[in-house]
Amino acid sequence: MQLLEPRANPSKLMRWAAPPLAIMLTLLAAAAIFVLLGKPPLQAFHVFFIEPLQDANGWSELLLKASPLILIAQGLALGFRARIYNIGAEGQFLMGAICASGVAIYTDGMTSAWILPAMVVAGAIGGGLWGALPAWLKTHYNAEETLTTLMLTYVASYLLSWLVGGPWRDPGGTNFPQSILFSEPAMFAPLFEGLRVNSSVFITVIAVPLFWLFVSKSFMAYQLAVGGEAPAAARYAGFSARRTVWVSLIVSGVTAGIAGASEAAGPVGQLTLSLSPGYGFAAIIVAWVGRLHPIGIVLSGLLLALIYIGGDAAQVSMQLPSAISWLFQGMLLFFLLGADAFVDFRLKRRRAKPRLKDHVNDEEGRA
Amino acid sequence: MPPQMKRKDYLRWRRLLDFRPFEESCFLCYMSVPAHSSDLPPRLALWHVTKRYPGVVANNDVSLTVKPGEIHAVLGENGAGKSTLMKIIYGAVHADEGHLVWNGQTVHIANPSAARQLGIGMVFQHFQLFETLSVVENIALALEGAFDLKHLAERVSEVSARYGLPLDPQRLVHSLSVGERQRVEIVRCLLQNPQLLILDEPTSVLTPQAVRALFGTLRQLASEGVSILYISHKLHEIQALCDRATVMRDGRVTGEADPRQETAASLASMMIGRELPVCSAPPYHGESSAVLEVRGLDYHNEDPFGASLHGVDLVVNRGEVVGIAGISGNGQAELLAALSGEQLSAPGCVLIGGEPVGHLHAGKRRDKGLAFVPEERLGRGAVPAMTLAQNFLLTSHRKPALRRHGLISRTRAREFAAHCIERFDVRCNGVLSAARSLSGGNLQKFIVGREVLQEPKVMIVAQPTWGVDVGASAFLRQTLLDIARSGVGVLVISEELEELFEICDRIAVLAGGHLSMPVARALTDAEQIGLLMAGPQQQAA
Repeated sequence: MQLLEPRANPSKLMRWAAPPLAIMLTLLAAAAIFVLLGKPPLQAFHVFFIEPLQDANGWSELLLKASPLILIAQGLALGFRARIYNIGAEGQFLMGAICASGVAIYTDGMTSAWILPAMVVAGAIGGGLWGALPAWLKTHYNAEETLTTLMLTYVASYLLSWLVGGPWRDPGGTNFPQSILFSEPAMFAPLFEGLRVNSSVFITVIAVPLFWLFVSKSFMAYQLAVGGEAPAAARYAGFSARRTVWVSLIVSGVTAGIAGASEAAGPVGQLTLSLSPGYGFAAIIVAWVGRLHPIGIVLSGLLLALIYIGGDAAQVSMQLPSAISWLFQGMLLFFLLGADAFVDFRLKRRRAKPRLKDHVNDEEGRA
Repeated sequence: MPPQMKRKDYLRWRRLLDFRPFEESCFLCYMSVPAHSSDLPPRLALWHVTKRYPGVVANNDVSLTVKPGEIHAVLGENGAGKSTLMKIIYGAVHADEGHLVWNGQTVHIANPSAARQLGIGMVFQHFQLFETLSVVENIALALEGAFDLKHLAERVSEVSARYGLPLDPQRLVHSLSVGERQRVEIVRCLLQNPQLLILDEPTSVLTPQAVRALFGTLRQLASEGVSILYISHKLHEIQALCDRATVMRDGRVTGEADPRQETAASLASMMIGRELPVCSAPPYHGESSAVLEVRGLDYHNEDPFGASLHGVDLVVNRGEVVGIAGISGNGQAELLAALSGEQLSAPGCVLIGGEPVGHLHAGKRRDKGLAFVPEERLGRGAVPAMTLAQNFLLTSHRKPALRRHGLISRTRAREFAAHCIERFDVRCNGVLSAARSLSGGNLQKFIVGREVLQEPKVMIVAQPTWGVDVGASAFLRQTLLDIARSGVGVLVISEELEELFEICDRIAVLAGGHLSMPVARALTDAEQIGLLMAGPQQQAA
């Protein structure tokens, strides 16, 4: 028996209220977990959400982490709108980082202003290619992009581990799986002395209005949305389904690639095995929590970044396990999808029996 | 309370027991109501049946009486609540209020199986058959309890011979024509010895000849005492067949009449609340040249149950409406896809304004002046969740005012959509209402309007008034005539013969993937077209 039935008119208000609702539920569930772990929940929330924002370093870290999340999520949201589910942004992020690092490694020792832009371009190409591969597989062999993008993530990850363990391993290092430290021209300059936040955030700052313009104004985005909402209508109108696939996957690959390049040339400063703290996967949550809207994604990106740094803080000051950040992310997505289900559907009520009593009165009244 | 019973069920059961006296009193109530003078109790009586769905009352205080051996019509437009009422009788839907009296007994029909056991059979508008199984296997699936296929096949032959429904029990269903499939459905019901047979729009897919045969069978059944509930919106059929008619509008009963005593106009006014509108088709005086040509179009369908096209030739000239009659599934969908560009062919197979376009996809053909209104409105002709303004862009984005440098103008799209809504009398809550919030007729007016505003050379329209109310149908037909007379070539593919005869200058028939030569309307009639619709195999049989 089906428990849910579709609502005739899903409420627009509730659709936007769903993310705050999901956040509330996540906090409630988190409080329960903190209690079970024997930690006072209020103190835990304070450590998680207030403490990190009490000093400049906290804000710097927030921006540093939110920037790649927002950038990747903007690209993903474009595809999600067209129902092209790229869940392999993590792999595209790593490929971007690898290609950018390649530029940095082979230009080591040079001083030129074009090195950093070249790294960003290389990152974009690497990520874009890693997105184009599933697009080619989908358009030519009808291979499901959810599978291919995810599997290519592992390919990228093993490629990275081969590179840092082999050809690109730092000869001067102590056999650690990492490349040389990038030189100054191959790094984004820090914005403030002593803080890690760097000029790569400007890429995101520029990308957000561009994406907003693209989504709200461009004919291409309209075609993507029609393809996602009603594929038959897209065919009827003569919009190319193949182009939809190519555009969504390449754009999301490019944004993830640029984010990867910025990460390598920013806070990390070299190519290492542990380059990504899972930005590619977290960005999927950012995109959904932000309702696939360019501005909503900015807000949800900041929230997820806060969960990241709050998780770090909680590890240090409350001895909570590092998995706590992942737990938060997972619960947030879970509650959001649950809330969404209730926006579109409602619980089926038991079929009401014919109300006989009314008829007795009715008939009596008639007689 | 019995131990294995759940408390909730027990309570419900108790409640039913408590009301047993009521059921008897209700029977008396009914006896005291002066109904039709007859010695026998009615086969079926509905009392004050109300069924509500979220946002709509599908049936509002509907009462209805069917006598034994009566052919009773339920007449009404799409959305008048006929189908819901029939589903209530068949147990597929439960009424919120009111009750059913079957042969003098108040009954609660829990599900279709219970309805069949009472002796209620239903032939659905959309057949429920398995194509890969044989006739007798399909029938066996619907029967309850054990069966013996060989014995059953004999009974099928026997029943089908007795009621003039020729049917070979061993044939596979996919090889049957639509008329034959309907026979399978009817025989399936007859094997259960029904006392009441419900037919939901049974003639919507039949040729005029098949309709006559069906009526013969129904009259024979009625003479043997079987009551028939005949659901339709076709006035002339009801006048030809039925003893009584209950007319419904907006979920209510608006009249009960003897259809033979009424005129089509008086029935129509009961059905739609005013007189039947008629279209005017003035002659075309402009220049006449071919705008759409199809030359030797072949299409081989990979799907074994799909239709293929065989050497289709067709010319549509400026200023005329050409109709393609035929029953869906004879290549209609395939021909439409080949014309619209969703299915490509050799360049010379399809020409627009003399230019080969067979190799061009839908968007390119629209650039050449093609407009197309598909049969499927929601999901194909319009994006359900998008606003009307956004849906206007779907095919109108070629206008330079709406799209420049890859950017679209939302303000202009709203203005254009508002113009379309006003000019084509689309009833909605403005340009920002979602396409899915519109009724079928209003959405169709919007889509037709959008396509007309493209200023096309050729306009192809599939099933223009399918599921559309009478008023909107007349408006749509007149719109098609008007745009043709303004110098556009209009091609209409429809299952409704009456519609084609109302608006078309020439009519062709698509049957079994073959398109007949178009004949001028004045030189043919429904009878001839009906013979062509049945296809060569049927004529031989």
